[in-house]
Amino acid sequence: MRRTFLGMPTTAPAGVGQLRGAESFPAAARRALGDAQLRRNLGHATATIRAKSGAVIGEVPDWERLRAAGSAIKADVLARLPELLEQLEQRVSAAGGVVHWAADAIEANAIVVDLVRATGSDRVIKVKSMVTQEIGLNEALEGAGIAPVETDLAELIVQLGEDRPSHILVPAIHRNRAEIREIFLRAMPGVDPGLTDEPAVLAAAARRFLRQTFLSTSVAVSGANFAVAETGTLAVVESEGNGRMCLTLPRTLITVMGVEKVVPTWRDLEVFLQLLPRASTGERMNPYTSMWTGITPGDGPQEFHLVLLDNGRSAVLADEVGRQALHCIRCSACLNVCPVYERTGGHAYGSVYPGPIGAVLSPQLTGVVDNASLPYASSLCGACYDACPVKIDIPELLVHLRDQAPHPRAESAVMAAAAYAMDHPALFAAAQRATRLSRLTGRRGRGLPPPLSGWTAGRDLPDPPAQTFRQWWAQR
Amino acid sequence: MNARETILARLRAALDPAPAPVTVPRDYLRDGQVDLDLLVDRLTDYRAHVHQVAEPAVADTIAGILPVGARVVVPPGLPPAWLPATVTVRADDGHDNSEITAVDGVITAAAVAIADTGTVVLDGSPDQGRRVLSLLPDLHICVVRAAQVVANVPQALTRLNPHRPLTWISGPSATSDIELNRVEGVHGPRTLHIILLP
Repeated sequence: MRRTFLGMPTTAPAGVGQLRGAESFPAAARRALGDAQLRRNLGHATATIRAKSGAVIGEVPDWERLRAAGSAIKADVLARLPELLEQLEQRVSAAGGVVHWAADAIEANAIVVDLVRATGSDRVIKVKSMVTQEIGLNEALEGAGIAPVETDLAELIVQLGEDRPSHILVPAIHRNRAEIREIFLRAMPGVDPGLTDEPAVLAAAARRFLRQTFLSTSVAVSGANFAVAETGTLAVVESEGNGRMCLTLPRTLITVMGVEKVVPTWRDLEVFLQLLPRASTGERMNPYTSMWTGITPGDGPQEFHLVLLDNGRSAVLADEVGRQALHCIRCSACLNVCPVYERTGGHAYGSVYPGPIGAVLSPQLTGVVDNASLPYASSLCGACYDACPVKIDIPELLVHLRDQAPHPRAESAVMAAAAYAMDHPALFAAAQRATRLSRLTGRRGRGLPPPLSGWTAGRDLPDPPAQTFRQWWAQR
Repeated sequence: MNARETILARLRAALDPAPAPVTVPRDYLRDGQVDLDLLVDRLTDYRAHVHQVAEPAVADTIAGILPVGARVVVPPGLPPAWLPATVTVRADDGHDNSEITAVDGVITAAAVAIADTGTVVLDGSPDQGRRVLSLLPDLHICVVRAAQVVANVPQALTRLNPHRPLTWISGPSATSDIELNRVEGVHGPRTLHIILLP
């Protein structure tokens, strides 16, 4: 059925993966705002990362030129996406890899499940990957009797806590050290009961817990930060070494990447490897970056599969304004500076892509109707645009998507009436005088009556002035 | 239509009308003099231990880092003169991973180092070995020659061969996953020594 318009840009299917929330943003945000612990944890963590990131970006004299280059490279990628993907496929294949294409989450999950089954393994180790969260790969693997083991510390905290990720970079940002200790004590087999909440002690516990799993699992699944069309090189950027474990130790490596992750040339990495760590973790360089091109005999996995995923990206690409959301390199700088994200946390956005970038990416991947409240999850303050290392104009996209979201009939009626009044000066003056009548109805802050109450549910109605400008002018 | 043709057809349809060709501005910094003091500063800032010695002193320096009788694994092409007599050396000949994880440390050379970011890059050459060697042991000693140091990331990419497996290392294994503070020591080597030769 979903193949009716074969070959036309298509949004991500519902019922699989995690791009749609169970409730609207305002409803979920209201509940999140009541969680004082969550707000303390987020306030502390985002303030820390903003200070670190600001300091290391301040060291780079050509930061704005790097941003301009990064933005232009991504625009170039989108303009030539089909040919770059074909080139990437050819280069990866020539280097000994196998390339698979997946039109959506269902196809991608089926490909990965089949590949894992073919190895005979009933367990995979995973590098933290947004795209495999997006498609619900873990659920698909579990459904096929294959155990996915998340190896990133924050993902492990989320998995052991039977929780959901709430940040692109640090999925457990909503947990503080005391909560992490409790999760480990409750759910980590063989953990030292004397565990303290020192971050170094918690990290050491994860090291001990995962080491044997790394050594004994024959299949890994990763995402990709970059894939170079010119050379067929894949790159994964990480901190802990769990990525290196997954990319080095198993016999079989399966990498799933969104089609927009391709970059044209090897040289393009010189821009992104400067932008990403400083914008993301606030480091001059992240501890580990792994790059590989196909298979290297005698070193690392001897079987490499690359799964190229659409899952709604073609629909995003089809929107000339909206397509810049595909520039995103998943640094999460926009989350860390967003006053809305800092107060609501990531879960309120429903999708695996939270924060400002999620508010523009998720509705485009699913179709705006399925995430209609997300373009409103912003005050349009513009901090996200300033922070974005590839200059995605998120405020512009938010307004663009608000325009596409379904609007209540009452709103259209009021807007039409306002437009008519503004076209007719006498009517406009009368309307302005009429607003003064509302001063008689009570104190400021009261909402409008139905059917207009929806508009004032999230906004204060301004207090009408005692005298309009026209009246003041007439009296001079 | 298979998935490949479907996706390519969708993307082509999405790009109709064709966007204007894009010229990438490349006026960001590429030149720059190598500053070894900056490299040392950056490495130290991310908790790597730096030793600046002349090449004949490498073995003594390593003897000072590792306790007597320590077991180390080394890539097959590592210069033998770098190895002190005080440690037990196993040259890698395809050891299985459980043997590598059991040693006390690994000694490698490097392909490139980047002063700006405090990074060393390994490319799997005979004096650096398989990727697993510098991953499983808890301590990594990496010997870098001054001639291998470049000023910045663009200069590093010019020197590196994308067809080799590359590992970029900036300080010991770390995480920012607990309250977004950097903590050293998760899955990779928790201790990193850089021996910088003139």
